[in-house]
Amino acid sequence: MTWSAAARGAHQPDNTAFTQQRLPAWQPLLSAGITLPLFFCAGLAFLGLGLGLYYSSNAIQELEHDYTGDADAGSCAACAAQGQGRAPPPPCSCSWHFTLSELFPGPVYLYYELTGFYQNNRRYGVSRDDAQLSGLVSALRHPANECAPYQFSAAGLPVAPCGAVANSLFNDTFSLWHQRQSGGPYVEVPLDRAAIAWWTDYHIKFRNPPLVNGSLALAFRGTAPPPNWRRPVYELSPDPNNTGFVNQDFVVWMRTAALPTFRKLYARIRQGNYSAGLPSGAYRVDIAYNYPVRAFGGHKLLVFSNISWMGGKNPFLGIAYLVVGSLCIVVGFVMLAVYIRYQDQDDDENDDE
Amino acid sequence: MRKEGKKRRKRKEDKKRVVVSNLPFEGWSPKENPNLQYRGNQIKTSKYTILSFIPKNIFEQLHRFANFYFVGIVVLNFIPVVSAFQPGVSMIPVCMILAVTAIKDAWEDLRRYKADKVINNRECFIYSRREQSFVPKRWKEVRVGDFVQMQCNEVIPADILLLFSSDPSGICHLETANLDGETNLKQRCVVKGFSQQEGQFQPEHFHNTIVCEKPNNHLNKFKGYMEHPDQTRTGFGSESLLLRGCTIRNTEVAVGIVIYTGHETKAMLNNSGPRYKRSKIERRMNTDVFFCIGILFLMCLCGAIGHSLWNRTFEEHPPFDVPDADGNFLPPALGGFYMFLTMIILLQVLIPISLYVSIELVKLGQVFFLHNDLDLYDEESDLPIQCRALNITEDLGQIQYIFSDKTGTLTENKMVFRRCTIMGSEYCHQENAKRLETLKEVDSDSEEWAQYQCLSFPARRTQRPSTMRSQGGAQPLRRSQSARVPIQGHSRQRSVGYCDSVQPPVAFSSSIEKDVTPDKNLLTKVRDAALWLETLTEAKPAKPSHSTTSSIADFFLALAICNSVMVSTTTEPRQRVTIPPPNKALGTSLEKIQQLFQRLKLMSLSQSFSSTAPSDTDLGDSLGANGPITDSDEKDDASVCSGDYSTDGGYRSSTWDQNDILGSGSGASSDGVMEAPDLGLAKPELCYEAESPDEAALVHAAHAYSFTLVSRTPEQVTVRLPQGICLTFDVLFTLGFDSVRKRMSVVVRHPLTREIVIYTKGADSTIMDLLEDPACVTDTDLGKKMKKIQARTQKHLDLYARDGLRTLCIAKKVRDTSSQQAVISEEDFQRWASFRRQAEASLDNRDELLMETAQHLENQLTLLGATGIEDRLQEGVPDTIAALREAGIQLWVLTGDKQETAVNIAYSCRLLSQTDTVYAINTESQETCESILNCALEEVKQFHQLQKPDHKLFGFRLPSKAPPTASGAAVPDAGLVIDGKTLNVIFQGQLEKKFLELTQHCRSVLCCRSTPLQKSMVVKLVRDKLGMMTLSIGDGANDVSMIQAADIGIGISGQEGMQAVMSSDFAISRFKHLKKLLLVHGHWCYSRLARMVVYFFYKNVCYVNLLFWYQFFCGFSGSTMIDYWQMIFFNLFFTSLPPIIFGILDKDVSAETLLALPELYKNGQNSECYNLSAFWISMMDASYQSLICFFIPYLTYKGSDIDVFTFGAPINTASLTTILLHQAMEMKTWTTIHGLVLLGSFLMYFVVSLLYNAICVTCNSPTNPYWVMENQLSDPTFYLVCLLTPVVALLPRYFFLSVQGTYGKSLISKAEKIDKLPVDKRNLEIQSWRSKQRPGPAAEVSQPASHPAPPIPPQDFRTSTPKSSSPPKWRHTEDWMLRKQRGSRECKREDLCLGGPSARPSSGQHLLEPSRTLVPGAHSRGQNDVRKPLSRSSHRRSQSSLTI
Repeated sequence: MTWSAAARGAHQPDNTAFTQQRLPAWQPLLSAGITLPLFFCAGLAFLGLGLGLYYSSNAIQELEHDYTGDADAGSCAACAAQGQGRAPPPPCSCSWHFTLSELFPGPVYLYYELTGFYQNNRRYGVSRDDAQLSGLVSALRHPANECAPYQFSAAGLPVAPCGAVANSLFNDTFSLWHQRQSGGPYVEVPLDRAAIAWWTDYHIKFRNPPLVNGSLALAFRGTAPPPNWRRPVYELSPDPNNTGFVNQDFVVWMRTAALPTFRKLYARIRQGNYSAGLPSGAYRVDIAYNYPVRAFGGHKLLVFSNISWMGGKNPFLGIAYLVVGSLCIVVGFVMLAVYIRYQDQDDDENDDE
Repeated sequence: MRKEGKKRRKRKEDKKRVVVSNLPFEGWSPKENPNLQYRGNQIKTSKYTILSFIPKNIFEQLHRFANFYFVGIVVLNFIPVVSAFQPGVSMIPVCMILAVTAIKDAWEDLRRYKADKVINNRECFIYSRREQSFVPKRWKEVRVGDFVQMQCNEVIPADILLLFSSDPSGICHLETANLDGETNLKQRCVVKGFSQQEGQFQPEHFHNTIVCEKPNNHLNKFKGYMEHPDQTRTGFGSESLLLRGCTIRNTEVAVGIVIYTGHETKAMLNNSGPRYKRSKIERRMNTDVFFCIGILFLMCLCGAIGHSLWNRTFEEHPPFDVPDADGNFLPPALGGFYMFLTMIILLQVLIPISLYVSIELVKLGQVFFLHNDLDLYDEESDLPIQCRALNITEDLGQIQYIFSDKTGTLTENKMVFRRCTIMGSEYCHQENAKRLETLKEVDSDSEEWAQYQCLSFPARRTQRPSTMRSQGGAQPLRRSQSARVPIQGHSRQRSVGYCDSVQPPVAFSSSIEKDVTPDKNLLTKVRDAALWLETLTEAKPAKPSHSTTSSIADFFLALAICNSVMVSTTTEPRQRVTIPPPNKALGTSLEKIQQLFQRLKLMSLSQSFSSTAPSDTDLGDSLGANGPITDSDEKDDASVCSGDYSTDGGYRSSTWDQNDILGSGSGASSDGVMEAPDLGLAKPELCYEAESPDEAALVHAAHAYSFTLVSRTPEQVTVRLPQGICLTFDVLFTLGFDSVRKRMSVVVRHPLTREIVIYTKGADSTIMDLLEDPACVTDTDLGKKMKKIQARTQKHLDLYARDGLRTLCIAKKVRDTSSQQAVISEEDFQRWASFRRQAEASLDNRDELLMETAQHLENQLTLLGATGIEDRLQEGVPDTIAALREAGIQLWVLTGDKQETAVNIAYSCRLLSQTDTVYAINTESQETCESILNCALEEVKQFHQLQKPDHKLFGFRLPSKAPPTASGAAVPDAGLVIDGKTLNVIFQGQLEKKFLELTQHCRSVLCCRSTPLQKSMVVKLVRDKLGMMTLSIGDGANDVSMIQAADIGIGISGQEGMQAVMSSDFAISRFKHLKKLLLVHGHWCYSRLARMVVYFFYKNVCYVNLLFWYQFFCGFSGSTMIDYWQMIFFNLFFTSLPPIIFGILDKDVSAETLLALPELYKNGQNSECYNLSAFWISMMDASYQSLICFFIPYLTYKGSDIDVFTFGAPINTASLTTILLHQAMEMKTWTTIHGLVLLGSFLMYFVVSLLYNAICVTCNSPTNPYWVMENQLSDPTFYLVCLLTPVVALLPRYFFLSVQGTYGKSLISKAEKIDKLPVDKRNLEIQSWRSKQRPGPAAEVSQPASHPAPPIPPQDFRTSTPKSSSPPKWRHTEDWMLRKQRGSRECKREDLCLGGPSARPSSGQHLLEPSRTLVPGAHSRGQNDVRKPLSRSSHRRSQSSLTI
């Protein structure tokens, strides 16, 4: 008797909301009722944001100067001409004079800008060894293959730091001089070159190899500097906290830029008399012109800029918000108009039927 | 051994299998045992072993294009010049996908392995010579040639030839449910010559050689012979083969020799596993994948050219142009070429490989929900829908054509005896019809039914003595006990359903079949006949007269005997009443039987008028042994009940209880006191288990007239007559039913007259041809009478067919009327029997020989009468058909049935409506066929043109893009009826085009009398020529080819076994389930999957384009601003789950609305969710969005000190937000699951990114995104960018969607709006929609019971001329009327449409002029269609008035 009774209902599906697809659900239907307020609200919010952004962006001052030396613009033209076709170019210096008629509010950031420099080129970008840069001794002796052909020097020594990115380290240097009164002496403006790199880069990602007998030079013994470098890596700066792999300029350079035109922070001006910004007066920037860019048609620029809560000067975002905000409102009105017309039509239709 | 060697060679030549006993070889080396070359019984369905898993699985996976592509990419990555990423890293996605698939495969395989292990280690008993007995062994140790002993309820381990059964008659019962799902028992008998063994079977004495077929997969075909040591041969067939996987029932012990083992068994060979089809979406998708490949190629080309151009702009190599390891620079052209390959790697995600995996997961989820739907679950059979094909769920939403079988699909295949004709007089069984009618109505409403039950038995309730009342409470309980009894091979619940019964009302169906209300008129005649029957003796044989009385008796005897119905009792379902009278000797010699019958006859004769009880003591013993012991309660109850009945004679004939019929039958001849034991005897309710439902119906009908089939063994059949005596017929031979002969016969020896009688029943067409020719009859009176009877019977048959009844003719062959002597003398029969045995033993052209022998016997028949069996429509069929049609699906019925039956079923299920124009084409000539097609086409087209202005006038909204079929429903209703012969003509005569053109104008098409092959040809024709999505639904073996030919095959797990189910993609239990399956699940599955696929394309393109845009700013160098790991995570984790959940769970429109508005189905039919334009629109949108996602951050950060990964972070975040929000906008239903998954994905992105960026300092050499995310999260610009970008990116889509949501005219968006309304308002809206959209069908549907019965009046219209009584739209040619009559086939009628006299006109052509009033004189017409235009135009009017 059991044989037929046992199976009764055994295959019956469970009657649960889930299996029967009856879960409580919210069915948002994008209809005019919901979308119109949304359009208007979004539009207004964006307009407000946009205005704020626009004004704060506009408040930012920027001063930039192309010192590449193309077509005898400024004194750097000579340097440029001198370096033409020579690798590495001979040391050369030039300067850029400018005058501020009023205070350039601080804190002022000094950037150098390169154009047409494709740091984001794939083969360039990967030509580095982060393990070596993090102070790993084994990696110091045996740089990663990605570094090739800047992996080993011609003598067979491992290159430290290896790779094309390090090899092409930007080596122009700048100093800023301020002439308070015309005809007066130029006073060097203190450039704060510390902490221009990311804190994490400087403290974690980039580490010098462990010192040998308290000497960084010994730690790097048996390595060769990149071919374009004039000094070995441990002599990048006399400051022991700023030399070797943890040299700020080097760290900044190693954070490869996303776009072919990029700025890199060179210094902050926030010390002494200049903490409030650059006062009016004449200024001179002395440039050690070392870095060749004309071979690939690039430009070198110097940029003074101050920043706001949202970073550097960025007119785009404000404008974009304004445009999108007004677009939303326009669309909202269009929809409203159509909606009203449609309502009438719908009523007519209903009347017809 | 040499002999064996010879045999082996012979086997190779003959393709035969030779099996000898293993016992002589026990202990010998395997080489010497000839049987050991056959495979063992161990089965292995698992594909892999632990060792072979990894290589084999990987090899199999690599066969798929997608994975092949992936591996190609990985290989590319290992080429240093080309590699875009770290080679190791780039393997991750492919490994991931391979691993997921491998885990899935391994899990499935493990399950198979475990199942195999269980099966292989089952125990069975095998004879061992060493032990001299049967010893337990494992299944896997069973070898060919072993002797296996099986006990009751044991599962058979291999295909075994039955040599011994404990049953004295050598019978063994099998339950084949494991194999084909049929739960009725099958009989298997011992090989001839082994049946008369005394005691135990001695395997060691078996020295015969068995020769049989090679293993094959025909479950019911097996033949072979056994060669005895003395070179004589005995044949055997499938009736002696026990199949692996079946269960032995009702037999204590059976012994057999193993023939086929393991994978060579028929069960295993039949197991083809799940099927893989490619759905329409996947086909569509594949073309789009090729588009993607094209886009990829273009993008890569762009990168390559860009790279070489960019390289050329430099006079000397800049510092950022890094030479290769040797310091050499590549020439720009080569660099460009390498860049091309690099770009392929970079943009590989554009080819949505993960889509394939996702689709599989989504379909699994969809199948899960399909499987779990309660609405698709049939309580009666305890079967949910079975999804056998896992990967075509979405095709359910795109069906344009449905091809349906009739019997068992539209109808229940639950045969109910309706009426019969005996000797030319019709017994219309009014009460029976009424009973069926009430039941039909009641079917729909259970409560009403229960009330009705209560009301209809007031007499019973009140008149029941108080003692009965007290027992009444126990009655339902008893009923529900017996309710667990399967009848007719179904584990269906059976409850009789008094109003106090708790059983659900579905169970009535079986009582419908069982309880036949006898015709009063006939009942009295039957009593006379029974009396007459009892007066027969051998000395006084029945007069050769064709007296009605004798014929009635014969008729009912034939009904009871001529079948293969098994008898069992309710109380012990599987304990069959097979025990023959105990005094029947085992060695059944003729003399003994004769003696027995003499005795029996004398006894019964002497007692027939006083008491019946002693007459069948033997039977009583056997039955009584069951009755009181098993359920004495029941017996008591019943006997008291019957006493009650007899005192209350008034309502006998109108009650439904079969006991009562028995009571009334016996009450007529005996008083109540004597009756009680008799009823007690009858009480163990007999259960009939028939192979086909019609047989059961006939036996039940005979039972209703008290010709009760009491027991059946292969040699004897016992029938109890109305007076209670039992006649036991010797069955000399049974010629089983087959579809070629279309009849079955039994040869019995009449117990009273000792004559050999042949009873035959079969399809009218065959039986009518086999009848004795009245012209040859010497006695002219008799001849005339016979002719008259035949003509009248034919008339009745036609009437039955008109009513949609299935007809069977019953005939008898007893004596030659011309020579007045017994046709079948003893010698004749013996001669025939030996001939037959020879035929059975032959191995080669056995089928032909068997056919021939059968024909020798089945001729010169005398017609007794015919029966009409009603095959009731399944519940909800008309409703389902109406809904499907409204959904724009064309429904064709392809049936093997007669035209009349098919047409009537079509009317009753509203496939055709009263007002339809019906064209019927029946011709065997090509020209005629062509001209008819032309004619009909012209007509339809004219009608069409006239209709068109109507449509505009009444503001019909026709879907603009809909193909002709979709709008076909709106076209004036025309139906086409065509038969198999005409189909043949169409296929042979290249008329397919015209045929299809015509069918496209028709609302429905019926193909009658079509063979399985034709069915599949029709399906293929529509599928290939019209390019339509087709679905076939059927339940029988004859539908298999059709099911396989269609895009989707649906099997109905019904009465006719499981063959259809085994070959189907989905198996449902009722036709009505099709409605929800297609309209709801089909729609959902389609819209979900289609939109998911589109989304996937969008997602990949959107994301990959970001990388592409970046190439313009990195010198086309193939660098990325997003860390590779984050890119992988993006695809694998952050954005993969939402679309999958979306594909499984999203509902654009609720189930209720979808069911209420079948029109919404057209969305899927027209592929609105996913077509070429949808693909390209999403491509455009993806490009736009990626542009925004890239350029807003670009413009923001341009010229700043941003570094690569810091630049990538906002882009990645913004695009993730965009992609997820896009998904959110696509989702129409939000459940908590949706919300959680979306939010989870979003949060997971941040968590994973932050963790990864915080932990990975140098882990991902050479570039590490260390602290990038953290840095960005502290930058307000990041948030500003991530807020602005998605808004701008999604604005157009949002705008578009809100416009669509507000003003959308599409059906779906309207439905969505309706869905949002509260329930009452929603219903109102739906109603107004329906009345607006389609006045005709809506009106029709809103009154579902408007014409439940076929439109043909129940009168015999065949007798009248085809003037007024014929249904309005049919024009019958006389020819058709007379079609069945002999010699009338030549009587043809010129086709009116056809000019040429040479053409063979159709044998029946029915043309109707729907627009006759409008197109006067288009063709010359017959005169009998006067009413048609009238009805037509009135209908038009009514429709118009509805519209306005």
